Amino acid sequence: MNTQSTSRSRRRFLASTARAAGGVSLLAMGLGTYARSVQSLPAMAVRPPGAGVEKDFLSACVRCGLCVRDCPYDTLKLAQPGDGLASGTPYFTARDIPCEMCEDIPCVLACPTGALDKSLTDIDDARMGLAVLIDQETCLNFQGLRCDVCYRVCPLIDKAITLDLQHNRRSSKHALFIPVVHSDACTGCGKCEHACVLDEAAIKVLPHHLAKGELGKHYRLGWKEKEKAGGSLVTPDQPHEFNLPKGLEYDYDDKGLTNEQSGTPFSSNPLDSLKRHAEQNP
Amino acid sequence: MSVSTSYYGQTAIAQKGWLGAHKWLLLRRATQLGIILLFLLGPLAGIWIVKGNLASSLTLDVLPLTDPYLLLQSIMAGHLPEATAVSGALIVIVFYVLVGGRSYCAWVCPLNIVTDSAGFLRDRWKLKGGAHFSRQTRYWMLGMSLLLALFTGSMAWELINPVSMVQRGLFFGMGGAWLFVAGIFIFDLFISRHGWCGHLCPVGAFYSIPGMASVLRVSASARERCDDCMDCFAVCPEKQVIRPALKGADKNISPVILSENCTNCGRCIDVCAQDVFRFSHRFEHSSHHSLARNKEVRS
Amino acid sequence: MKLSRRSFIKNNAIAATATAAGITLPGAAALAKHVDNKIRWDKAPCRFCGTGCSVLVGTKDGRVVATQGDPDAPVNRGLNCIKGYFLSKIMYGKDRLTKPLLRMSNGKYDKNGEFTEVSWDQAFDVMAEKWKEALKKKGPTSVGMFGSGQWTLWEGYAASKLLKAGFRSNNLDPNARHCMASAVGAFMRGFGSDEPMGCYDDLEHADVFVLWGSNMAEMHPILWSRLSDTRLTKDGCEVHVLSTFRHRCFDLADNGMVFTPQTDLAILNYIANYIIQNKAYNKDFIGKHVNFTKTVTDIGYGLRPEHPLEKKKTGKGGKLSKISFEEYAKSVSKYTLEYTSELSGVPKENLLRLAKVYADPNKKVSSYWTMGFNQHTRGVWVNGLLYNVHLLMGKISEPGNSPFSLTGQPSACGTAREVGTFAHRLPADLVVKKKAHRDFAEKIWKLPEGTIPAKPGYHAVLQNRMLKDGKLNAYWVMCNNNVQAAANFNEETWPGYRNPENFIVVSDPYPTVTAQAADLILPTAMWTEKEGAYGNAERRTQFWRQQVKAPGEAKSDLWQLIEFSKRFKVEEVWPAELIAKKPELKGKTLYEVLYRNGNVDKYPAQKITDSAGNVYDNDEMDAFGFYLQKGLFEEYRMFGTQGPKKGHNLGEFDAYHKARGLRWPVVNGKETLWRYREGYDPFVKKGEDIRFYGKPDGRANIIFAPYEPPAESPDQEYDLWLSTGRVLEHWHSGSMTRRVPELYRAFPDAVVFMHPDDAKARGLRRGMSCKLSSRRGEITLRVETRGRNRPPKGLVFVPWFDAGRLINKVTLDATDPLSKETDYKKCAVKIEKV
Repeated sequence: MNTQSTSRSRRRFLASTARAAGGVSLLAMGLGTYARSVQSLPAMAVRPPGAGVEKDFLSACVRCGLCVRDCPYDTLKLAQPGDGLASGTPYFTARDIPCEMCEDIPCVLACPTGALDKSLTDIDDARMGLAVLIDQETCLNFQGLRCDVCYRVCPLIDKAITLDLQHNRRSSKHALFIPVVHSDACTGCGKCEHACVLDEAAIKVLPHHLAKGELGKHYRLGWKEKEKAGGSLVTPDQPHEFNLPKGLEYDYDDKGLTNEQSGTPFSSNPLDSLKRHAEQNP
Repeated sequence: MSVSTSYYGQTAIAQKGWLGAHKWLLLRRATQLGIILLFLLGPLAGIWIVKGNLASSLTLDVLPLTDPYLLLQSIMAGHLPEATAVSGALIVIVFYVLVGGRSYCAWVCPLNIVTDSAGFLRDRWKLKGGAHFSRQTRYWMLGMSLLLALFTGSMAWELINPVSMVQRGLFFGMGGAWLFVAGIFIFDLFISRHGWCGHLCPVGAFYSIPGMASVLRVSASARERCDDCMDCFAVCPEKQVIRPALKGADKNISPVILSENCTNCGRCIDVCAQDVFRFSHRFEHSSHHSLARNKEVRS
Repeated sequence: MKLSRRSFIKNNAIAATATAAGITLPGAAALAKHVDNKIRWDKAPCRFCGTGCSVLVGTKDGRVVATQGDPDAPVNRGLNCIKGYFLSKIMYGKDRLTKPLLRMSNGKYDKNGEFTEVSWDQAFDVMAEKWKEALKKKGPTSVGMFGSGQWTLWEGYAASKLLKAGFRSNNLDPNARHCMASAVGAFMRGFGSDEPMGCYDDLEHADVFVLWGSNMAEMHPILWSRLSDTRLTKDGCEVHVLSTFRHRCFDLADNGMVFTPQTDLAILNYIANYIIQNKAYNKDFIGKHVNFTKTVTDIGYGLRPEHPLEKKKTGKGGKLSKISFEEYAKSVSKYTLEYTSELSGVPKENLLRLAKVYADPNKKVSSYWTMGFNQHTRGVWVNGLLYNVHLLMGKISEPGNSPFSLTGQPSACGTAREVGTFAHRLPADLVVKKKAHRDFAEKIWKLPEGTIPAKPGYHAVLQNRMLKDGKLNAYWVMCNNNVQAAANFNEETWPGYRNPENFIVVSDPYPTVTAQAADLILPTAMWTEKEGAYGNAERRTQFWRQQVKAPGEAKSDLWQLIEFSKRFKVEEVWPAELIAKKPELKGKTLYEVLYRNGNVDKYPAQKITDSAGNVYDNDEMDAFGFYLQKGLFEEYRMFGTQGPKKGHNLGEFDAYHKARGLRWPVVNGKETLWRYREGYDPFVKKGEDIRFYGKPDGRANIIFAPYEPPAESPDQEYDLWLSTGRVLEHWHSGSMTRRVPELYRAFPDAVVFMHPDDAKARGLRRGMSCKLSSRRGEITLRVETRGRNRPPKGLVFVPWFDAGRLINKVTLDATDPLSKETDYKKCAVKIEKV
């Protein structure tokens, strides 16, 4: 080969290489941007148990669908192009089929890569999302009706969802049973959203980052800190004494000024007294 | 390239009969469809021989197989995979070292049926023109997919990888994946001959790597019988791989096609009326011929 | 309430234009209002439980399109439970029956034929033929009817007349036998008059609530909401809950107690013993208003006589014998804290705390119970034992002090009890056994003396046995689903229905399990497709007008009963000597004798309107030409106003259409809130203070009854207790609620609630299928170890709403020998992996 043809072929080679590299880089840029946009999960899609942070999950899941195959309730499905989340990754829509929280967590066991974390052995520890009572204006229980279907279908009833009793001021003689979700127990299984009887669910499972607020790091809730510590963080007060007219008493801890003529602090229930002794003399 | 492609294989059909001239093609289609059927038996008939898809599967509840390319992307994206996936990938690599890396393309990948059809029609309808790509582009694509995983921390390429999308779609529901299939078909039909598999696909590029050491190979064992009909060139999706083996007798180059981009599809064997080609192994004649690799000619 | 697509788009376009122009429209709300304007609203009681919530029914274009809780109704003040929320959907299940269906082969009735559409005429022809055949062959006791606490008052009343007077058969029993019979028995034994002395206002007046075998949180959701509000807002208010497993009421319980099944008998005696030991009883009250008695013991379990348990028994019946206070005190003295705690498995401190609230004279205690007490082989006893406690303390018949029996059906009180559709009863607490009562009924009904037979008919459980034994051959099931509801399906229910000797007719809006077991199915109008009246648990009678027409050829139970009566001439059903006593009845049909007697047809057809001038249909009025419902009610009312039993007065027919229910006795237009107490009850004279006037001496009975073991307890092989019951989302057999998609989704299939350790020991995990079996049958269902019900180890709970998983294949048909009510809460089962 002569030098001319060599240089021509080199030029051609360089040109085609540059073209390939250029084209591929352009594609890469587009793809990179797209990848970022699907890195946060759409609000209505819930990942299987053990999926962890979405970014980590997207790096770990090879889209094989083994979790889908081992889901006994056909809850899980693989995202298809156009579903709004990374195509081929497993998810479920709580309103359609929620997670039944199998004790043996077959989906996690099926995962070959660890995208679903095998250290999750108790399904109660799963955090697929967080149920949020999103619309108080249509939630029947907020209106005083006795629906509380979300509460009763909750596999962690009384832990993940509790009913907070409030007085119904409108009816004046009924209680409101306000469903309250607790993030320390809610697994995001979606049974509540699935069962909500409204035409559009008032309670929905959302990804944690959408569902949770965060308290400023500069503040603590005093009563919670006290509960955590098992007592006051600061040594208790001296007993207080007060100037009071005769017949009146002042209950520093609870009732404030009282003029109970009965004169004894004991209720008719002896257990109350015992409980009070226990509290006062720990 | 402007090799006449009309009526390739006619002589072979005349000589060996239609079946004889399509033996490997039929076997290949049977394998491709057989694999699809195996995966579909579970969801359609409840017979669970294989679960999952080509990305990762579990056969008879014991044999794990994982696509090493996907796993590599996952690792690049920062995930430390579990042993199941790693051993599954190793098994796959060893397998493809034995049977030829790009056998995946010709014998497994369902998209191959689409691109082959496009190629067939393009040849039949004598469609010309379109865009030219370097066959090296696929290695850029491969590099890009891995770097993208590294930089985005997610398997970004897999968002649009038509190969994984189509095979997954077959077993789990296609959804919008049909668009990708149609896109590739149109691309291969009108824009670039064997454009996807032969030039762009990073999956093929990846599998060409274990193919460098592949044991099972096509050999132009009877190259002395070649009557230069050019049918093998016309039919070959990676035609650059043939010349050194077929025409290298003078340069003492081995008749074995050693290029990592040969897909072991066997079409050259089918269309050759002279029975020049046969399946062999890479060590054939290795004592007689130069061990220098008979590199493909860049197109 | 469907917007057509076109008008929707149009409205959207208007909204969009307005928004663009900077005008804000109230949007969807305005649209809804626009549509709502065309809806006609009228009141009706809820179709489901005995609470008696009132709703407003919204009708448009002949269809119920919406409902709302009636904000002016005293019971619910606009609220509903989740079943009530879906009332507008219950009539529109996809598979409503619209034509009579007869089992036929080759164009003729065939017991083993296929259900084939026939006309009403054909249906009644075959039916009348079968009835006449049975009457001719075996007499009146071979025909019978199983009715309902969901019948309207006049349907129950019309049925009672047709059966007891027309066919002269007392084989009429309501499904309320399965739910209220024990309560009735105890009311009659204790007070001589049925139904609670208190009312729902007790829920606001009590200081302490005690729940005995009642899961009010799920079964009476709106009442629970009232109870919860009192607990929440009243200082010192306490809630005590007793059950054989933890349920939703335990959520609110200050003192929750899970006891071994059947030991409620002992716990109540312990409380009585505690009250006596501590001399806490109200000496004045028991001196003036109470008799001490004891009941016959070891009375068996209401099984078939050849059952070994029945052969072993030494006592029979419910005869009471008077004892002294001292004898009573001695009888309960055995039930010490230690003994009772050991027997019941309830810790001593919990029992003590419970006993103390009853014994505290300064605490007003209201006790509530439902099926835990009533579905009990000692149901009448256990009801009575609770009255003992209230009576010892005098905590009765005043605001907040109330033993209160809740009901499960919308008109268990109204139709089953007050109208007296039981096999032994007549309206207003009268009974067939007493000649004076029969005489009175015959007088009101203008019938010859001796028309009504004196012997009580077959009760619910006996009806199924008699069907199986071929003694009851022509049988009509109306407004209930007894094949699903009755215990021991395999041995005692199915065989009777499919006995070739029998002809079974089932009237229902939907193809239920019972309909499937029938030979003839009659399509039935339901709820507001007819004019009706229900009586709830607090003696409140509520009326409603017909709002819409029934689909297809479906007809109300009332129409069916009356129309069927036309097919019989007195000569075909009565002996000649009876007719001879009233020759003017000769040649007349039962329709003429019973319903054209001058009372029932007294009120001519009229236009039915409300105060707003809306006009309503009354299909029965159109069919028969007079105001049938009014005539029946006004005749029925005479039993209360003129009958031998005091204090059952009802108001006039028209008053009920104007009021949101009235609590009887209604005297001079005034309701009665608390019975038997001077000032509250018009039948207690000045100076009497309290008078239990149902009893001749005005004294209530304290009745000692001991603890006796249940009919079947777990053993080596069948090692678990089974309790059955309901869930909030579904009502009874689920024939209505399971057809509401949202309710179905909320609780699709029955599961077995069990303790996780019990599941584990059987190799079961939550969600797995298991086989639950007893000596009588088996079903397969999924295991639930979490959720609303938490049984203790050794007990499982299965709801019975699911037609696909009939738990009554497993249950035992042991009944209270006194009330004849089945114990659905106790039998022995085992659970295995499948």
